[in-house]
Amino acid sequence: MAVFLARRLAIAMLSVIGASVVLYAVLALAPGDVFGELVSNPGIPPDVIANMREKLGLDQPIHIRYVNWALAMVQGDWGYSLVNRIDVGTLIWQRIPATLLVVGSAQALALAIALPVGVLAAMRPYSVFDQIASTLAFIGFSLPTFFTGLLFILLFSITLDWLPFIYRADLEQTGGAWVWAQLRQSIMPVTVLALFQAASWTRYVRSSVLEVIRLDYVVTARSKGLPERVVIVKHVLRNALIPVVTMVALELPVVFGGAIVTEQIFRVPGIGSLLISSIMANDTPVIMAVTFVFACLVILFNLIADVLYRWLDPRIKLH
Amino acid sequence: MKEQEIRGLIGRVKQGAMSRRDFVQRMLAVGLTAPLATTMLAHNGIAHAQTSFDYTPTKAGGGGTVKLLQWQPASQLNPHFAVGSADQHAIYLFYEPLASWDEEGNLTPILAEELPSVENGGVSQDGTSVTWKLKRGVTWHDGTPFTADDCLFTAEFASDPETLAYTMGTYRDVTFEKIDDHTIRLVFKTPRPFWPDAFVGTRGLILPKHLYQDYRGARAKDAPMNLRPVGTGPFIITNFVPGDLISAKANPNYHVPNRPYFDAIEMKGGGDAASAARAVLQTGEYDFAWNLSVEDEILDSMGASGQGEVRLIAGANIEHMQLNTTDPWTEVDGERASVTTQHPVFKDKAVRDALALLVDRAAIAEFIYGRSGEATGNFINTPDRFTSKNTSWEFDIDKANGLLDAAGWVRGRDGIREKDGVKLSLVFQSPTAGQRQKTQTVVKQACEEAGIAMELKVVAPGIFFSADPGNSDTFGHFYCDIQMYTSPMREPDPGLFMQQFLSSEVSAKANNWQLRNVTRWRNAEFDELEAAASVEMDPVKRAAMFIRMNDLIVEDVVVIPLIYRKVAAGLRTGLKAPLSTWTSYLWRVSDWHYDA
Repeated sequence: MAVFLARRLAIAMLSVIGASVVLYAVLALAPGDVFGELVSNPGIPPDVIANMREKLGLDQPIHIRYVNWALAMVQGDWGYSLVNRIDVGTLIWQRIPATLLVVGSAQALALAIALPVGVLAAMRPYSVFDQIASTLAFIGFSLPTFFTGLLFILLFSITLDWLPFIYRADLEQTGGAWVWAQLRQSIMPVTVLALFQAASWTRYVRSSVLEVIRLDYVVTARSKGLPERVVIVKHVLRNALIPVVTMVALELPVVFGGAIVTEQIFRVPGIGSLLISSIMANDTPVIMAVTFVFACLVILFNLIADVLYRWLDPRIKLH
Repeated sequence: MKEQEIRGLIGRVKQGAMSRRDFVQRMLAVGLTAPLATTMLAHNGIAHAQTSFDYTPTKAGGGGTVKLLQWQPASQLNPHFAVGSADQHAIYLFYEPLASWDEEGNLTPILAEELPSVENGGVSQDGTSVTWKLKRGVTWHDGTPFTADDCLFTAEFASDPETLAYTMGTYRDVTFEKIDDHTIRLVFKTPRPFWPDAFVGTRGLILPKHLYQDYRGARAKDAPMNLRPVGTGPFIITNFVPGDLISAKANPNYHVPNRPYFDAIEMKGGGDAASAARAVLQTGEYDFAWNLSVEDEILDSMGASGQGEVRLIAGANIEHMQLNTTDPWTEVDGERASVTTQHPVFKDKAVRDALALLVDRAAIAEFIYGRSGEATGNFINTPDRFTSKNTSWEFDIDKANGLLDAAGWVRGRDGIREKDGVKLSLVFQSPTAGQRQKTQTVVKQACEEAGIAMELKVVAPGIFFSADPGNSDTFGHFYCDIQMYTSPMREPDPGLFMQQFLSSEVSAKANNWQLRNVTRWRNAEFDELEAAASVEMDPVKRAAMFIRMNDLIVEDVVVIPLIYRKVAAGLRTGLKAPLSTWTSYLWRVSDWHYDA
């Protein structure tokens, strides 16, 4: 196990370094910079812009900028936003709560839907319930979130006028009123995200359970006279969920990375909307920090999934 | 329009035979800016009209919270770091200049006791100094009095190259003197005909010395006030999440009586223009949204529910086509479009004239831009309802064909005209935007009917507007025959704007394509006029010079002005708000109110 871990860690480190080089190069090669809007403004003399570029180190060659960035990153300095003129770390921390809340609850909700529906569908394959669940699942992951999001806004905000479609991170209410307001504004973004995620997870759970439920040991358990509930929960799920656990672990970075489209539609001030506005403004340090952190999380959760998988299923050997 | 004619008009305004508004409109029609027109009147003893905005509330407060949507969000709140217009707008909630521009271009005092003028001795006869009297009894949000020291400090702060203020150009060539605690004098090295720049408008917001003095130069970026501003403005910040939300409460000690009406203000960012329009016009969740660049029909259908209305504010952005004067297809010393070359086709004025005739501005304005744009024949600025009377532009394919025939351009077998072995085949580029690509197609179709082949090219805006010397697709390189984009002109004075046609500003490899004259047009008369205008103190003479410069560019078809664009704002029914495009739309947010 120790050898396995060490080897996986080494690979993960290399992946992190590789990801940072690729990200930095791509961003440096992308055209435009943060002063784009000033360039076409006749009121700003070109030498003023040139001075800003020089002082902010934007005119240095790319490899020097990369080394500077990497050294700072190792020391925990995430960089300095050229647009917001504050540390990128502060900026990201401000956005984490909204993303965790919205994307996190969406993932939880998706799991809460996918598990029972997937299992029930697998228990009676090709039954009416399974047919309906499958149809809905196909519809669910065929409809992109920007479409369902707009549909929800049209229906619940404009036609019925039940829910607000602009998400606010700091509600003025306190106590019970706050919970109510928070719930009201979260319903639409959370549901939109959860439905999309639940749809694919349902299919995954279903096929995974279906595979296990036909195995001989399940037949044995049934013939022992165990109640169906015990058979499913204790015997089937335990094994069927191993791949699902990996799947969920691999999806977890998204909770931190935010959901770009959904956050944009409902104006959720999360990491996703930070990323998109930074891209629009060409604020390279922020784009770099967000994408790099995201890359690190993906690598980390991959590592966790690998380890978890081996721990849950000792049959997996390291090759 | 000649100097004498302008003087005649001013005389009529003085006698009351012509309204000042009509005068401003006439000046706009010949291509001047509204602020320049009102400055001319002020110079001749007709004071800047103070905005006749009807403020009905009789006491401050009581208006509750007003909710604004600015979908391009504010990212930081130091006025001198605001590289984007989103920040430049939002900052007006907290900071104020000495004076600012209203919707019609009138200069209005804010932190100044009165406007300097030649009559009251505020502006020196020779134009080298301006004296401002500051309003007394103004305090910063923390209770410290506002004095001349704050103005001087702001100038010093912005002009320090280490600060990295985008406003550096406004402050660095001026000497600032403190006469007493409430009087300052600005001394210019050369006569400054258009002096309302430092401490005025967007670049003129004044910072508190007592807070910022510890954050000079490179330390400026660490100032906590960059995120929690302490200003003199009508609102005091309570919370700021960069890129998302600004919340503020009313300033109880605001220096204008009975203002602000609203107890609190909230500005939310993010999302897109269409949903911002929906939140104001359709659901009424928000009171105001700025810059609703949404198609006309959609705005109309949203407005039908009666929750809000759309207001179009005269702006100064001109969508225009530029014609390359140099040859973009021949390389000379490692650069194309070198000033040593001549454009193979455009050197024939007949082709340029024909091209101007082939642009169907009326159709483009009506069908592509709708309410948000008007056809224009002028380059400098905002034409209005007088446009058609004073400027000449027409769309006439037959006439264009006639011109080309007469100039010896004959159609080849493929229908494309040629002369001396040169084919009339052009490449036309513009940055991506739905309306622009439609416009390109309209132009292309008309050109094809006149035997001009046209290849359309679309460049991502990030590339097009970048200053990257290594990328030949930028507007500065202009490596094609024609290009089209919007010149953002929030400058109240055309002086800086016209510099983009100076021979000395030619964009080339030698200056890494950083200079402004991208058409590479050179004209001695224009250069002389510009030099004269930059020191001419008589606003009327100066205006006549600008009109002549505008005529030179348009008559020589260096540019083909197309559309003068307006900004759409969404207001919830009943909201009264004086807006402006010459500065932040929030320039008088203290006066926003609902009628009781």
